[in-house]
Amino acid sequence: MVEHKGDRTFNVVNMLLLTVIGLVTLFPMYYVLVVSFTDPSEFIRNKATLFPQKWSLDSYRYLLSTDAFIRAIGNSAFLATVGTALSLLVTSCLSYALSRRRLQGRRFILLLILLTTLFNPGIIPPYLLIRDLHLINSIWSLILPVLTSGWYVLLMKGFFDSIPPSLEEAARIDGCNDIGVWWRIILPLSLPSLAAFGLFYAVAYWNTFFTALLYINDFNKQPLQVLLQNMLIDSSTASGGTAAAEMTAEQQIPAETLKMAAVVIATVPILMVYPFLQKHFAKGAMVGSVKE
Amino acid sequence: MASRTQAAGERNIETAYKESPAAKRGRSVWNGIKRDRYLYLLALPGMVFFLLFKYVPMWGILISFQNYSPYQGMWASQWVGFEHYIRFFSNPDFLILFRNTMAINLLSLIFFFPLPILLSVMMNELRGAKFRKTIQSIVYLPHFLSWVIIVGITFLLLSTGEGIINQLLAAAGLGKIDFLTNPNYFWGLLTVQSIWKDAGWGTVLFLAAMASIDPQLNEAAKIDGAGRFRQIWHITLPGIRSVVIILLILRIGHIMDVGFEQVFLMMNGAVSDVADVFDTYVYRLGIKQGQLSFSTAVGVFKSIVGLILVIGANKLAKKFGEDGVY
Repeated sequence: MVEHKGDRTFNVVNMLLLTVIGLVTLFPMYYVLVVSFTDPSEFIRNKATLFPQKWSLDSYRYLLSTDAFIRAIGNSAFLATVGTALSLLVTSCLSYALSRRRLQGRRFILLLILLTTLFNPGIIPPYLLIRDLHLINSIWSLILPVLTSGWYVLLMKGFFDSIPPSLEEAARIDGCNDIGVWWRIILPLSLPSLAAFGLFYAVAYWNTFFTALLYINDFNKQPLQVLLQNMLIDSSTASGGTAAAEMTAEQQIPAETLKMAAVVIATVPILMVYPFLQKHFAKGAMVGSVKE
Repeated sequence: MASRTQAAGERNIETAYKESPAAKRGRSVWNGIKRDRYLYLLALPGMVFFLLFKYVPMWGILISFQNYSPYQGMWASQWVGFEHYIRFFSNPDFLILFRNTMAINLLSLIFFFPLPILLSVMMNELRGAKFRKTIQSIVYLPHFLSWVIIVGITFLLLSTGEGIINQLLAAAGLGKIDFLTNPNYFWGLLTVQSIWKDAGWGTVLFLAAMASIDPQLNEAAKIDGAGRFRQIWHITLPGIRSVVIILLILRIGHIMDVGFEQVFLMMNGAVSDVADVFDTYVYRLGIKQGQLSFSTAVGVFKSIVGLILVIGANKLAKKFGEDGVY
C-alpha cells in the first residue's frame, strides 16, 4: 500500500520526538558513565565535561580496593542470590498448593493472603517483630520479611492454574506424590514464568534499601544501597557520611568521580540481567504493576 | 481423576455404614487432609511466612492504644485508648503531612499519569521493529534503578556546586538555581524524577493492550480515509480504555501513598516542611525518636484510609463495567 504524504510526515515527526525522548532518558546515565571514567586530575581542573580528553580507571581501582565497598557488594550479592532462591521456592510451593482445587481450606487461605494485600500495619509493628525475633543486624532481616508477597502468590497461582490437571494425573499414575509432581512436572513447565519472577525478585533484593535502613545498624552488614546512600547523598547534603569520608580521605581522587564509579558498579548487575528481563516484560509488567 | 473416583468410592462405603452426616463430613475432611498431606507440606513455609510476618504484626497495632514501653512489653504497658490518635489529629503536623501527600500525588496524577499513554501511542505508531525495540529498551531501563542511584544522579546533575546543569547555566551567564534546597522546586523535582524512572515502564501494559487490537480495524479505517490521528482517536485509544480506567482508579486508591525511599532520600533541612509525608514522619518519630505508640497510630491511620480508598476505588471500577482488581 502506498503511504500518504501525511503519513510520512507523521512517521518522521514521531521518530524524531521519540529519539529526543530516548536521548533525554539516556543523558543522565551517559553523564554518570563519563564522570566515572574521567581522569581525576582533569575532573579537578575542568569540573564537568561531556567529552573527557583523558580517560582513567583510577576511580574504579580505588573503589574496588576499599574493604567497605567490597563487603557491601558481597552483602547485596548474597541477598540477590540466596534471597531470590528462597523467595522463588516459598512462592512457588505455596502458589502450586493453592492452585489445586481439591485442597481443603483453599478459599480461606486465599482470602487470608488477599487481605494482606489490602491492609498493612505500617512500619513500626513489623519493626517490633523483627526486634523480638532478634533479627536486628542480621542479614536475614532483609530476606525473611520480604520472602514472598500476596501479589506474587496470587499471580503465580494464576500461572499454575493454567497447567492442565491431566499432566498431574499422568505423573501420579507413575507413582509421584504431590511434591514429586510439583518438582518434576510443574516447575519445569513453568520455568519461563519462574524466570520472570526470579528476575524481579533479584532486582528488588539488589536494590534493598528501606528494610536495611530499619533493621541494620552494623556498618559491616549493610547492603550496597545503604553504602551508596552514605557516599552519594549524606555526604553531599550535610553531615558527611562515614563511608565517603573514609574513601576520599586521600583527596587524590575527587568525590564526584568516585561516587559515579560506585553508581556504575551498582548498576552493572542490573544491566547484565536486563536482556533476560526484557524477554519477560509482559509477565513482569503484571508482577510490577499490581504490586505497588 | 484416579483420586476423585477413589474418594467417591470411599463415600459409598461411608454411606453403607450409615454414619451421622456431621461425622461423615468430619471424616471426609480428615481424609482430604491426609490425602493432600504433601500439598499442605508444600504450602507450609509460605503459610508460616504470612502468619508470622503479615498477621503477627497486626497485633502490634494494639500498641497505638497504649503508652508502649519496650522494657515493659505489650502486656504490662499502660492503655490510653485513642489518646495518640487525638493528639495526632490536633497536631499541626497532621495538616502538613496531609497537604504534602496530596500535593505530590496530585502532581503525579496530572503530569505523570497521561505520559505513559501518550508515549505508548507514539511507540505503537512506529513502523520499524528495530527502532521500536531500541526505544523500548531505553525507556524501560530507569525503572530498574534504585532510588538511591536516581537521587544520586539527581545531585550530580543539579547540585549548586558541581552540578552540570548549574555549570551550564553559569557558563551561559545565567544565575545558578538552588534546585535541591528551594522548597518551591521540591514537589516538581519529585514529579520529574518519577517521570524519568517510570513513565517508560508505564507503557508496558498499554502496549500489550494495543497489541490485542484487531489490525483489520485500522485497515478498514484507512480505506475509509481516516488519517493517523483519527485512527488513534477512534481505534487505539478506545482499545486501551479499560486499562486506563483501571489504572487511574487504582492510582486514586493509592493517593495516601508516597514512595518512602524517594522522599526520604531527597529530603534535607531546607525542604523538610514541604517534604514530610506520613511514612517519613513515622520513621523519624518511631524509629529515630522512639515514640513507638504515637507513630504506630499515625501508620494505622494511614493504612485505614488507604484500605477505604482501595475498596472504594475497586467498587468504582466495577461501576464503570470493568473487572476491578479484587
